Amino acid sequence: MSDQLSRRGFFAFAAAAAGAVIQDTANAGRVYDPGRAGRSQAPTTAGDNDADIQMIEKRLKCSCGCGLDIYTCRTTDFSCTYSPALHKEVLRLTGQGKTAQQIIDEFVAQYGEAVLMSPPRRGFNLAGYFVPALAIIVAAVLLVRVLRRWTREAQVATSEVGTSRPNASPVELERLRRELDRLPG
Amino acid sequence: MTVLGHLSLWLAFLVGLWGAITGFVGGAQRRPDLQQSARHATFALFGAVLVAVISLEVAIFRHDFSVQYVAAYTSRNLPTFYLWSALYAGQKGSLLFWAAVLSLFAALAQLLTSRRHRVYLPYVAAVTCLVTTFFITVMLFAANPFERLAFPPPDGAGMNPQLQNPGMVVHPPMLYLGYISITIPFAFAIAALLSKKLDSEWLGAIRKWTLVSWLFLGVGLLLGMWWAYVELGWGGYWAWDPVENVALLPWLVMTAFLHSVMVQEKRGMLKKWNLALILGAWLLSIFGTFITRSGVIASVHSFTQSSVGYFFLAFLIVGAIASAILYLKRLPLLTAEATLESMVSREASFLFNNLLLIGLAFSVLWGTLFPIISEWVRGVKITYAGATFNYVNIPLGLALLLLTGIGPLIAWRRASLANLRRQFAVPATTGVFVLLILLVAGMRDIGALLAFSIGALVLATVIQEFARGARARHRQYGESTALAVVQLLSRNRRRYGGYIVHVAMVLLFVGFAGMAFKTETQATLRPGETATLKGPDGHVYAFTHLGVSQYNALNREVTAVLVDVRRDGKPLGRLRTEKRQHVDALGRRTFEPSTEVGIMSGLRVDLYVVLAGLVNGTEQAVFRFTINPLVWWVWFGGFVFVIGGLIVLWPGGTVVAVKGSAAPRAQAGYAVKLEAER
Repeated sequence: MSDQLSRRGFFAFAAAAAGAVIQDTANAGRVYDPGRAGRSQAPTTAGDNDADIQMIEKRLKCSCGCGLDIYTCRTTDFSCTYSPALHKEVLRLTGQGKTAQQIIDEFVAQYGEAVLMSPPRRGFNLAGYFVPALAIIVAAVLLVRVLRRWTREAQVATSEVGTSRPNASPVELERLRRELDRLPG
Repeated sequence: MTVLGHLSLWLAFLVGLWGAITGFVGGAQRRPDLQQSARHATFALFGAVLVAVISLEVAIFRHDFSVQYVAAYTSRNLPTFYLWSALYAGQKGSLLFWAAVLSLFAALAQLLTSRRHRVYLPYVAAVTCLVTTFFITVMLFAANPFERLAFPPPDGAGMNPQLQNPGMVVHPPMLYLGYISITIPFAFAIAALLSKKLDSEWLGAIRKWTLVSWLFLGVGLLLGMWWAYVELGWGGYWAWDPVENVALLPWLVMTAFLHSVMVQEKRGMLKKWNLALILGAWLLSIFGTFITRSGVIASVHSFTQSSVGYFFLAFLIVGAIASAILYLKRLPLLTAEATLESMVSREASFLFNNLLLIGLAFSVLWGTLFPIISEWVRGVKITYAGATFNYVNIPLGLALLLLTGIGPLIAWRRASLANLRRQFAVPATTGVFVLLILLVAGMRDIGALLAFSIGALVLATVIQEFARGARARHRQYGESTALAVVQLLSRNRRRYGGYIVHVAMVLLFVGFAGMAFKTETQATLRPGETATLKGPDGHVYAFTHLGVSQYNALNREVTAVLVDVRRDGKPLGRLRTEKRQHVDALGRRTFEPSTEVGIMSGLRVDLYVVLAGLVNGTEQAVFRFTINPLVWWVWFGGFVFVIGGLIVLWPGGTVVAVKGSAAPRAQAGYAVKLEAER
């Protein structure tokens, strides 16, 4: 009895699904050669445009080797079979009520840390984030010290040579400075 | 013809070796006969490589599929336009193209270098012959473009659809020209080190070459961005892909050099630094070639993995060690002719500009290599992608943009407080004013806020510089403002052309900042149905699916979808997006179907439509609609960059004095002022 019900249920579901597809494409005629248009696409669902889903997918890398995140890959390279599958996986986990972080953790557990588009900011990964900035700060400190030394040397050299003040009053010097400031350069 | 091509490669190999040996020996022993022989070798080398290039092109145009390279990258129905670019569509052909351009530049360096710099030419011939010979060696022993197939196929595999784009015809040659031409300044730097003539004379010999290289690299990068935008379909133009990154590295180093070289020219300082930059730029260009051709780091742009990478790695290591030894041996000869007089001076600002440019280059290099470093250190492979690069590099980029505005305002040698106040008043006020307006308007993205306000500061700086220059000319010569601006540009091309390049940088940053406000949606539409999307400019854009058409073109079967576009109900035009199934001359499908993006470009936003595919073979289509703000300004910025670069590069204008050379010195007026201040 339960088998019969189950079979009846299955046929009902199949009929409904076929009806939905027919209904869905009722106003859209068949094209001459579907094969040349690439892989057949499923109609867009609310999950495809969900901002929270997209946010999760943008943090996860597609495993097809394109180097893109799941969201960008599935909306760019429509021949990729990995990103739609990974998208479905994200939808499934979201449907189970998991939070974004839980979903990401699940992907990391399954595919490893390389699945993250940005490495987590801890341990050795911190070097990836902060070594360039640290290097620049250290170089800047060194540069300032070198520049200071150079300017000190220049001052010493000037004082050793001695300066002969020009035969001009402070007012005239100020005027000269203003005139020179006006020159381009 | 392929036999001729192969033989000419062997001839080029021998001639290149001869040129290298006679150049080095002739230079060291000062033997005019050997020096002359080295010079002639560069011309013969170019001739031999040119014959090889012509042989391969003839094979391509004759559809000689007995040549493996021709069979792998072309087909009988490939449009003629792309038959030309097939020369560099694959690893082997691009190596030949590289060798050809390098040998051409080597010959031009011998022909165009002025009499004053002849002393360097034997060594330049030696270095350029050596580098060209390396590329020929790689071809002869690892990637022969004339390799034959035992059983030629009836038709070739065809060219990758993504390469069948006008952008891909010009982008690789531009990038290659940039990469390759760095060898000439490098050769002069090595020549200066070997000949111990380390005054600033060699800088005069390479000025144009460094600019040519920098300009070509810049144009190559911009064209690559444009190609990625119109062809790849992801809606952006820069993804921090390893191959993009390594092309950026030498450009950043060259940019640093173009700034710091001014300090050496005017003050005789930074000799060691400038030499190091030129050597570094060349090594980075070889490093970039290694990354692109070895497949050591995964990239969508790299060639297939091959043994070629080992050749480049070995060449890079040998080149780096040889350059470092030579450089270190000559350090005692590289003494500065002047010292820095003040921390607040143009010289110091150039040094900080260099710090940021080299820091940015290091940051990009670090990010590119970090996945490999992580794997070495931890045994864990990680991904270092766009978001991480942006996190690290956007602050550096903004700081660099700020220095672009500050640097030109500070006087050479020493800036007085009054000078600073007077110079900074208008630009700083403009920057703060723009920042406040944007805050009041509701903008909250910090990166975009800073980009726009710093950009305004830089623009104000450039306008102020032009206005002051024009006013000075008006006072002195009575010229009208327009004429004065033209005269400024024509008489001091380097300085004012440089300011135009600064404007280009502002435009580029404005375009980059615009992407912070990108919006997109996916929709499935039947013919007649409409999807709407609100843009960041406040307008509502409506996209109506008009229908699907299928037809055959020369080498592809096309499925095209027409989309009607309206803004706030008013018609804007129609966009067409396609799926292309490429076929060979026998009608066999050759690649996965590719997507052609429909783009409607405007000053405020770009409308970017991508056909994902059809539902169950019907006209019901799945689309991605994207609104990309301010992208037009990126391309316009690129155009302004080229104009500015060409102005700087154009022959003539004021002769810029090289410190220590016989040429007259510029800007002597400042010396009077500063003596008076002490």
